[in-house]
Amino acid sequence: MSVTKNEVEHIAKLAKLKFNENEIDEYTTQLNQILTYVDKLNELDTENIKPLLHPVDGENVFREDVQKKSISTEDALKNTLYKTDKYFKVPKVIK
Amino acid sequence: MNSKYEAVIGLEVHAQLSTKSKIFCGCSTKFGSNPNSNVCPICLGHPGVLPVLNKKVVEYAALMGFATNCKIRERSIFARKNYFYPDSPKGWQTSQFDEPICENGFLDVTTSDGVEHHLNITRIHMEEDAGKSIHDKGSETLVDLNRTGVPLIEIVSEPDMRSAEEAYLYLTKLKQILTYLNICDGNMEEGSLRCDANVSIRLKNETSLGTKTEVKNMNSFKNVEKAINVEIARQIEIVEDGGRIIQQTLLWDADLEDVFPMRSKEESHDYRYFPEPDLMPIVINENWRNEIAENLPELPEVRKNRFISEFKLPEYDAEILTSNRPLADYYEKVITVTRDYKSASNWIMGEVLKVLKEDKIEITDFPLSAENLGKLIELINNNTISGQIAKDIFPEILKTNEDPSKIVREKNLVQITDTSKLEGIISTIISSNQAQVQQYLSGKDSVIGFFVGQVMKASQGKANPKVVNELLKKKLIEQK
Repeated sequence: MSVTKNEVEHIAKLAKLKFNENEIDEYTTQLNQILTYVDKLNELDTENIKPLLHPVDGENVFREDVQKKSISTEDALKNTLYKTDKYFKVPKVIK
Repeated sequence: MNSKYEAVIGLEVHAQLSTKSKIFCGCSTKFGSNPNSNVCPICLGHPGVLPVLNKKVVEYAALMGFATNCKIRERSIFARKNYFYPDSPKGWQTSQFDEPICENGFLDVTTSDGVEHHLNITRIHMEEDAGKSIHDKGSETLVDLNRTGVPLIEIVSEPDMRSAEEAYLYLTKLKQILTYLNICDGNMEEGSLRCDANVSIRLKNETSLGTKTEVKNMNSFKNVEKAINVEIARQIEIVEDGGRIIQQTLLWDADLEDVFPMRSKEESHDYRYFPEPDLMPIVINENWRNEIAENLPELPEVRKNRFISEFKLPEYDAEILTSNRPLADYYEKVITVTRDYKSASNWIMGEVLKVLKEDKIEITDFPLSAENLGKLIELINNNTISGQIAKDIFPEILKTNEDPSKIVREKNLVQITDTSKLEGIISTIISSNQAQVQQYLSGKDSVIGFFVGQVMKASQGKANPKVVNELLKKKLIEQK
C-alpha cells in the first residue's frame, strides 16, 4: 500500500495544513516508508479475526441522565485570547 | 408538475432528545441559557477528557425505533465523523456510522388523493449536536457551545417519497410520534426538529436515480413542503431547457420563497469515519429490549382507531383529537365526566381549539380543566342550561376555571322549561307582533324563527328552545 502526492495534498487540506512543494514530497516519502513498515502486518492471516475496536473488553458503560454543575463562562473562555465576555471569537465563517 | 417527470425525495430528520443532561457529560441541555454557560471540559473538547454515554439517549433512540417499525440492533457502536468547523471543538462529531442503533423501519402515510404510501426508514442513529455560530456581528464569528453535545437522533428515510405532500405527511407523522413518546418537543422554529431534503427528478418509468440536491434551512413544516416543490420545479425547468442538474446544497429562503446555492465549503465531504475508541459498544439484550418496549405508549394511529371504535367518533374527529398526546389525554378526561362522546369532541374541536389558536397556547396551558368542561356538557344534556347559554358563559368559566354549575346558579341561568312561565312570554310576543302572525298563518313557516328569537331574547336566553318551539307552534295555530 502506498500514497500518492495528490492524496497527501488532499489529507493536508482536510487537516487544514499548508505545505510547500518540498514538504509535500518529503511527507509523501515518509508516509510511504511508514506504510511499508506497517504492511508487514498484512502478512498475517486475519481472515477469521474480528476487528478489535477497544483494547479492553466491555460494553454498556453509561451514566444516568442527571444534570451536573457546569463550569463558569469565565473558566470556559480562559484558554483563549480570542473572545468577547461571553463568546469564543473565530475568523468570519462564510456560510 | 410536468407529468413527464416524477420527483424522488428522501428526508434526513434531526430530533433533539429532551433529556436533562447532554449525551456525554452532565451539562444542562436547557435552551436559551446564557452563552457558554452550559459547558464543561468534555463538551468543550479539552484534551484528555473522556465521554460517558447518557443511558436515556439509548432508551429514547430505541423507543423511536420501536415506534417506527425498525429493527433494533443488538450491538451498536459510535464512530467519529471528522471535519473542522468552529462549532465543533473536538474536530469530529461523535455519531454512528456502520452499526447504528436502529435500521429498516417504515411509516405509512395517506395523501389527499386517498393513496397510502409505504415509506421506508433506512436508519436511526444517535449523535451529538454542534454549537451555534453567530455570523452577523462585525468581521468575526461568535461561537456559543451550549448546544454542543445535546443529544440528537437522526432519522434517515429511503428515497421513497414522490411528492412534497408525502414528505410533509411523513415529517408530520414523525413529529407526532416523537411528541407522543415524549422524547422531543418537535419544535421546528426553535430547531429541536430539523429537516433536510434530498431531491431529484427523473422521467417516469425511469428506474435509476437522477442527480440529487440537498435542500436545507426550512424552519417549519409548511416550508419543507414549499421548498421541495420549488426545488422540483427548478430541476424540471433546467432539464427541460437542456441543462444538467449539479449536485449541490441549497438553502431555502422563507421570505423570498426560493432556494439558493450554499457557498460551497472548500473541503470535500470526506469524513474519514472510524470507530470511536473512547466509547464502549452498546448491547441491548432481550431483557433490556423488553423493558424499553414496555414504555411504549399507545401510538397516535392505534389511539385514533380506538377513538373511532370505542367512542363512535367520525374519523375526522378522531384524527384531530389524537393529533397530539396531551389533546387526546384531555378528551379522555372530559369523557370520564360526561358520557356524551360526540358533544365532548365537538366542544374540543370547536371552542377549545379556537381559544388555543387565538391565544397561541398548547392544550397543556389551557385554563379550563377537562373536568369542568365535562360538567358544562352535562349541564346541557340534563336540560339545566341551553347550548347557547353554555357558549355564552364559556369565556367566563375559562377565566376562572370554576365549576360551571356554580356560575349557572349564581347568575340564575337555569333554563326555563316551566311551560306556564313561557306561555306568558309567548302570549305577549304574539299579541305585539300580529303582522308576523299573519305571515306565519299564510304559510310562511320560516317566521317561526323570528318568534323563537323574540322569546329567547325576552327570557334572556334561558328558555328551553325545544319547549319554546313546541309551545309557539301550538299558540300560533290557535290564532287562526
